[in-house]
Amino acid sequence: MLNFLARRIAQIVPTLFFVSVLIFSLQQLLPGDPALVMAGEERDPAVIAQIRQQYRLDRPLPVQYAWWIKGVLSGDFGESLRIKVPVRELIAQKLPVTLQLASMAILIAFLIGIPAGIVSAVKKGTAWDYGANLFALWGISTPNFWLGIMLIFLFSIELGWLPASGYVPLGEDWRASLAATIMPAFVLGNAIAAILMRHTRSAMLQVLESDYVRTARAKGLLERTVILKHAMRNALTPVITLGALELGTLLSGAVLTEQIFSIPGFGKLIVDAVFNRDYAVVQGVVLVTATIYIVLNLVADIAYILVNPRLRG
Amino acid sequence: MTTGRLIEIEDLRVRFHGDDGRITHAVDGVDLSVANGATLGLVGESGCGKSVTSLAIMGLLPKQTSEVSGMIRFDGLDLLQAPDQTLRDLRGNRLAMIFQEPMTSLNPSFTIGDQIIETILRHRGGSRRAARGRAIELLRRVHIPSPERRIDEYPHKLSGGMRQRVMIAMALACDPRLLIADEPTTALDVTLQAQILELMRELKAASGAAIILITHDLGVVAEVCDEVAVMYAGEIVERAPVDELFSSPQHPYTVGLLGSIPRLDQRAAQLATIEGMVPNMAQPPAGCRFAARCPFVREACREAPPPLAEVSADHLSRCIRAPLEQLVS
Repeated sequence: MLNFLARRIAQIVPTLFFVSVLIFSLQQLLPGDPALVMAGEERDPAVIAQIRQQYRLDRPLPVQYAWWIKGVLSGDFGESLRIKVPVRELIAQKLPVTLQLASMAILIAFLIGIPAGIVSAVKKGTAWDYGANLFALWGISTPNFWLGIMLIFLFSIELGWLPASGYVPLGEDWRASLAATIMPAFVLGNAIAAILMRHTRSAMLQVLESDYVRTARAKGLLERTVILKHAMRNALTPVITLGALELGTLLSGAVLTEQIFSIPGFGKLIVDAVFNRDYAVVQGVVLVTATIYIVLNLVADIAYILVNPRLRG
Repeated sequence: MTTGRLIEIEDLRVRFHGDDGRITHAVDGVDLSVANGATLGLVGESGCGKSVTSLAIMGLLPKQTSEVSGMIRFDGLDLLQAPDQTLRDLRGNRLAMIFQEPMTSLNPSFTIGDQIIETILRHRGGSRRAARGRAIELLRRVHIPSPERRIDEYPHKLSGGMRQRVMIAMALACDPRLLIADEPTTALDVTLQAQILELMRELKAASGAAIILITHDLGVVAEVCDEVAVMYAGEIVERAPVDELFSSPQHPYTVGLLGSIPRLDQRAAQLATIEGMVPNMAQPPAGCRFAARCPFVREACREAPPPLAEVSADHLSRCIRAPLEQLVS
């Protein structure tokens, strides 16, 4: 177990290095010149040359990379080329928003997806099963932007229960914060709930046919214990891993959903940065996202080991 | 039927509804009984309905796809009419079962101790501490070395033979009156088979439980059983005390089964087999189900299903040509 952990953590270093090189190189392939963007309307050659020199855009790529990575390692992601704010500050500002949204979304996904999956497997072939499958189909095939607009229409415009857009930090007023994020979180969670439901259902169906579930029934255990203890423990392991990966995807920003609800998270930050050729911001955000994703992968692996005695050694 | 019987099964029928709408008659009019403390061997080849019979007794057949009728009277109670809750209270308690696949019959996510203790707490209640003590005692009874340590191990750490011992310990947790063992040694290698059979014989003597031992191995039957019922294509074709069955089998299928045990003292050039195939149970034949494979078949055999009739005292055979001795001589 410790051996495995050490190996997994050691793997992270080269992975992150490769990711950073990739991010940096892809950036250079983007059309457009940041110096031109920053120089504004006049495009004075002298100004452009000065900007190039100031941001080391005139140096060879490896040198630019070395400067950037040196800064990153000391916690300095550079400065936004456009709004002259340190990238670190931007990330520190937006990350909690995205974290809150993603956590709420994954919580909603688990709360809906897993019970629905269990019920549809246990009641296979009944109205419950068809209902849950219909819900899953609906969840997977409904576009986020459409569901978002419909929710705004219903809960904000018609009923007036929830704000249509905007964001309030959790620390400031948690009620207002939850009210502002519940709809986007539901939109994001709904799609993932559908995926989790399908996986839970098929894992449960398989486990319910297993010999040890028959043994549990032969012991005279209540059906509730058979399902919630003996079957679920084995069926949910892969589902939880899947959930952790979905959480990673959520953290890389839900561009469309954040846009619809005007949530100032990672998604909005990165889209704005790409449009403005704001290299430093794009690089910083993508690198942070990649790191979170890799760490979540590791956490999923560890969780998988913890619930699976065969791997614990 | 005689009194003092622990379990009496009359006209048990199990039908499975397939996905394609076809109906399979897996068990077709089975009559069986086991006396207190006796051991009945239920013999037959794969698919003859012996496991389905045992699952019907346990009430473990899937309700959506199977249809069970007849009567199973256990200790005066008709199990087929009993509510689910009553069955659950019996299962693992007075009615226990050991399965064929020790490798997959234990839950990989819980320690063997958890799984035994759970049964004890379910039926006996009491403290977890007391249940743990009893679980250790049970593991000792099935000869698991250092049970105090082994009790906290997960199933994957144990070999197949050890796991089957754990399954037996679990089945014995609440001192069952009837123990159904469905091919308990089939998945194990030969030396382990002998050990497990020895263990079962020992436990039977100690606990006084009645046993239904399901097997396709007549050698196993000869070792441990008092009485034998031979099943073929969903029906009992012969029933007799074990010595009687081995010395004078009265159904051609039993004769075939006995003939297909290879023997060292009579080496044949070719192993004996029973010609032909088991009939398709979605459309069973009109007459005797063994007719197509029977060396003694006559026209009358194909016309009407033969009854299970007494050949001699306590010896029943479903063959209109029994007793068979006259045919061979």
